[in-house]
Amino acid sequence: MKSKKPLIPYLVWMAAFVVIPLGMVFYFAFTDGNGHLTLENFRYIGVNSQVYLDSFKVAFLSTLICLVLAYPLALIMSRMSPRAQRMMNILIMLPMWMNFILRICSLDLIFRPTGILNQLLSLLGLGGNAIYQTPTAVVIGIVYNYLPFMVLPIYTVMAKISRSLIEAGQDLGCNGFQLLKKVIFPLSLPGVISGITMVFVPAASSFVISARLGGFNLIGDTIEAYYKGEIDMHAGGMLSFVLMLVIVISIAVMNHFDKDDDIVLV
Amino acid sequence: MKKTVSGAYLALIFLFLYIPIGVMIALSFNDASTGITNWKGFTLEHYLTLFENDALVEALLNSVVIAVLSALGASLLGTMAALGINNVKKGRGLLMNLSNLPIINPEIVTGVSLMLIFVLVFNVELGFFTVLLSHIVFNTPYVILNVLPRLRRMDRNLYEAAMDLGCPPVGAFLRVVLPEIFPGIFAGFLISLTYSFDDFIISYFTGGNFQTLSVFINNSMKKGIKPWMAAMTGVIFVAVLVILIIMNIHDAKEDAKQKQKI
Repeated sequence: MKSKKPLIPYLVWMAAFVVIPLGMVFYFAFTDGNGHLTLENFRYIGVNSQVYLDSFKVAFLSTLICLVLAYPLALIMSRMSPRAQRMMNILIMLPMWMNFILRICSLDLIFRPTGILNQLLSLLGLGGNAIYQTPTAVVIGIVYNYLPFMVLPIYTVMAKISRSLIEAGQDLGCNGFQLLKKVIFPLSLPGVISGITMVFVPAASSFVISARLGGFNLIGDTIEAYYKGEIDMHAGGMLSFVLMLVIVISIAVMNHFDKDDDIVLV
Repeated sequence: MKKTVSGAYLALIFLFLYIPIGVMIALSFNDASTGITNWKGFTLEHYLTLFENDALVEALLNSVVIAVLSALGASLLGTMAALGINNVKKGRGLLMNLSNLPIINPEIVTGVSLMLIFVLVFNVELGFFTVLLSHIVFNTPYVILNVLPRLRRMDRNLYEAAMDLGCPPVGAFLRVVLPEIFPGIFAGFLISLTYSFDDFIISYFTGGNFQTLSVFINNSMKKGIKPWMAAMTGVIFVAVLVILIIMNIHDAKEDAKQKQKI
């Protein structure tokens, strides 16, 4: 039971399928066609600076909306009876486990000009909407896809907050808002940080959603094109490298606010 | 007053989450061959003909096989890794960061990096095995994260006691350790199953001509959204609901057991 032996196959596995593959992406980022070391590929960052900017804008906005929607939901859930909490859990997870591509399909059918939303609006005499193929549709798509990933970690942490702490706060004269600010929020912070990570990372690197609902490219679509379209592994490697770098730095900065090193995942 | 506000809030959120699914399922009963969003009357045809679509059935089977095998593989590898990690004191933080890398890393980067190593280093053709291996890669961390807390909670002396009483190490592991950590392995297995089934990005990069359900639907979607996609949504909805209810019953039993222990 004290043996570290079971770790050996795992470490070999991690080296072969995680570390070395990532190393290869970075290798191509810093070499040219002849395998010589170069910083030349940094120019692809310049070429795609607008796409990066758009991606992080969309990701930031979607993450913020998810947080604003999810926090009260998690708070309400955490105060329900255990039975009701279990029910809510199922209801939150169900959409998350529907097929990702089919979820986008359904939003497409709702937003498209001949779609349900427009049919409803014209029934009400409100005329057509023009959400389809706009950044708004992409943000809604990302929020729809990743909202459960924000709700569940926050809820998990909140459900563990001891009742006695909340009662102590009330005994000491906290009103509802003070209770939230001084007791619940600080204790829920690890969940908030996990939630932000779990939404921001896929949002910033999403592809398909942007192309399908927005009709424009985010950084994920651009990276895809470098590997699947006109193949340029040096450009793709550099864009992946910078995407990872930004994400790792963001996560490190956020974890700085959180003393607990356990991440909360669902 | 407070109850009404929170009730209304919940209703709004769930409307947002379920309207798109509801719309898809409603359209799956729509008797229209073209212009899928125009209501033409009720039909079950899209469900009845769903499994006559050979390419779809093949993609669906591919997804199921990959999900089950990768969840099994991840459970085995993840449990072994958790047993090892649990005994590490120095460098544990680093090890955890490494093992969480596939979760934190953008999926597209994971997919691309695996595609590169398969094609350029291992020199294998992309297909069933490359997708299977890739799914094990991103599922293993979830098993580790579910098994580790169980191991930490376990009383180490139990294992030692079993061996003192003459149990060989393997027997002690199977009879003492495994039952304690099994709920964690099972939870990790179920999460892996669903994440694998839902995956699009990694299968897309590592699959070559091998198509999982998500990849197949995405490729078909380029020619327009078809009624069978709506029917597929209905089928998946029911399947996921059943799995979630089973999980819920399992969790409820677990909770009851925990309470009894206390």
